Amino acid sequence: MITILVFVSVTAAATAMSRKLSLYMRRSVVSRPVTFLLTMGGISLVAFVCAAVLMLAQGLEKTLVDTGSTDNVIVLRKAAQAELQSQIDRDAANIIESRPEIAMAGDGTPLATEDIFVIINLLKKGTGDMGNVTVRGVGPKAMELRENVKITSGRAFAAGTQEIVVGRRIAENFEGVAIGHSLKFGGALWTVVGVFDAGGSGFDSEIWGDVNRIMPAFGRPVFSSLTFRLRDPGVFEALKADIEGDRRLNYLELSREREYYRKQSGIMADFIRVLGLVITIFSGFGAIMGAMITMYAAVSNRTIEIGTLRALGFRRKTILATFLLESICISIAGSVVGIVAASFLQLLVISTINFGTFTELAFGFDLTDDVIVSTLIFGFIMGVAGGFLPAVRASRMNIVNALRSS
Amino acid sequence: MEIPVLTNISFEIPEGEFLALMGPSGSGKTTILNLVAGIDRPTSGRVIVGGTDVTTLSESALAVWRASNIGFVFQFYNLMPVLTAIENVTLPLLLTKMNKKERAERAAFALEVVGLGDRIHHYPRQLSGGQEQRVAIARAIVSDPTLLVADEPTGDLDKKSAEDIMDLLERLNKEFRKTIIMVTHDPRAAEKAHIIRNLDKGELS
Repeated sequence: MITILVFVSVTAAATAMSRKLSLYMRRSVVSRPVTFLLTMGGISLVAFVCAAVLMLAQGLEKTLVDTGSTDNVIVLRKAAQAELQSQIDRDAANIIESRPEIAMAGDGTPLATEDIFVIINLLKKGTGDMGNVTVRGVGPKAMELRENVKITSGRAFAAGTQEIVVGRRIAENFEGVAIGHSLKFGGALWTVVGVFDAGGSGFDSEIWGDVNRIMPAFGRPVFSSLTFRLRDPGVFEALKADIEGDRRLNYLELSREREYYRKQSGIMADFIRVLGLVITIFSGFGAIMGAMITMYAAVSNRTIEIGTLRALGFRRKTILATFLLESICISIAGSVVGIVAASFLQLLVISTINFGTFTELAFGFDLTDDVIVSTLIFGFIMGVAGGFLPAVRASRMNIVNALRSS
Repeated sequence: MEIPVLTNISFEIPEGEFLALMGPSGSGKTTILNLVAGIDRPTSGRVIVGGTDVTTLSESALAVWRASNIGFVFQFYNLMPVLTAIENVTLPLLLTKMNKKERAERAAFALEVVGLGDRIHHYPRQLSGGQEQRVAIARAIVSDPTLLVADEPTGDLDKKSAEDIMDLLERLNKEFRKTIIMVTHDPRAAEKAHIIRNLDKGELS
């Protein structure tokens, strides 16, 4: 917020101070189209990288956060970072499901699902590499509980059978998962009967089947997680305190589902951001140097003009603001070009390992207002950093020496 | 190392006069002009223009003073190449409180006075040297300053254009009562002035 205020106030002040010479500034920029385009191009490349990295981190966060619903609660073993490391026994699950705070499904049973979370290997399309894929055994209310999950082709798996449904991203990225095909895992053959769309969330990168068939297939006696809908989302804190204080259940921990997935995305999104920031800052230095060289050249080429303007009565601060604003304008223009170019990345989908679960997760680039503002601010910083010293030089020029350079 | 350029110089120019400063190169003519115009400062002494001691003014105050009191005419015209004739002439008016319409009218009038009423939207590169200098003169007079300082105004012009420019300066002095200080090497240009002073080795005669 402070950065935005600085951005707006410096630009506004520079605009106000250089208002008298705005026409001169605009024409000067346009009169050197090649220099202008090259400098702008350099800055737009950096802005593109900056926006792309932020969009990637944002896309990952969105994918995982959207996986969770605000009204749902997920129960895991305490200290488990993810479902992979979590265990809940049947008794504990039954006790929790009998709580009155849990919403009821249409058939009068609790709107909850006990899930088992296992990982299998599948062949990736095109590359010939194997990739880790999440297989989630779910209860009969899983689809009703996770409203963003919809069967788009085929049908849902039938309870008590070796049928499975695959997420949209799995269907797109892996071999042998088309409807009618069979997959071999957990010592059994599983038939794909449908494809589901989970609205771009993490479930799109999962395979779902009946929890009561998948658990014995993998020799698991316990669930990985329990997810349920609250009748009233406001009672979460009280319920959490109650369950976590119960001697039979105090090895468990309740989280709002959305918060759980937000935490899941944190490690990887932060990794992308830090890595991207380092790349952006280093390439940013190059762009700043480019802008600085351009602006020094502009000052040098216009020494007589600067001397003349000063002789006519234009003050130092007007000259300073004019050159600074020129640099800021070039940088902002470059940033806008970079953002527009980066916006096309939204058409791409990235598939990578999710560090939280060690399974493949597909996600896209997400261009949000935050990404746009951050990239523009970065462009502004490049403009100020590249333009400030040349602008100071222009404003501090001795009038007589400047005029003598003719 | 400090090299004294001008020593013990003292002179007055009555309002409405046309003074030509002559002398060999390096004699300090332009330095005198710069001191009077408030773009250079003496190490000692005073420069009083129209009752204002310009040596006491701050950098910022001096800029304001120059904007309303001095009109500059340079040897190489010093027009902004990216601006048209009228936009160049309008530049000094941007420092006044005039609105856009008033500025445009005033600049157009100044260009009429110098005989370039039909060239107002031309860029400097589309004008001859003499025409460029006329635009520069229009820029110098547009804010109605009390003093015009001209540094070799004909130095870059052919004979005919130089005569035209000198006629124009003479007219500005006579008709518009502009005080003019002109540095020149050209004796024919100096003939138009009422007073001719010679500067040699930092001494005025």
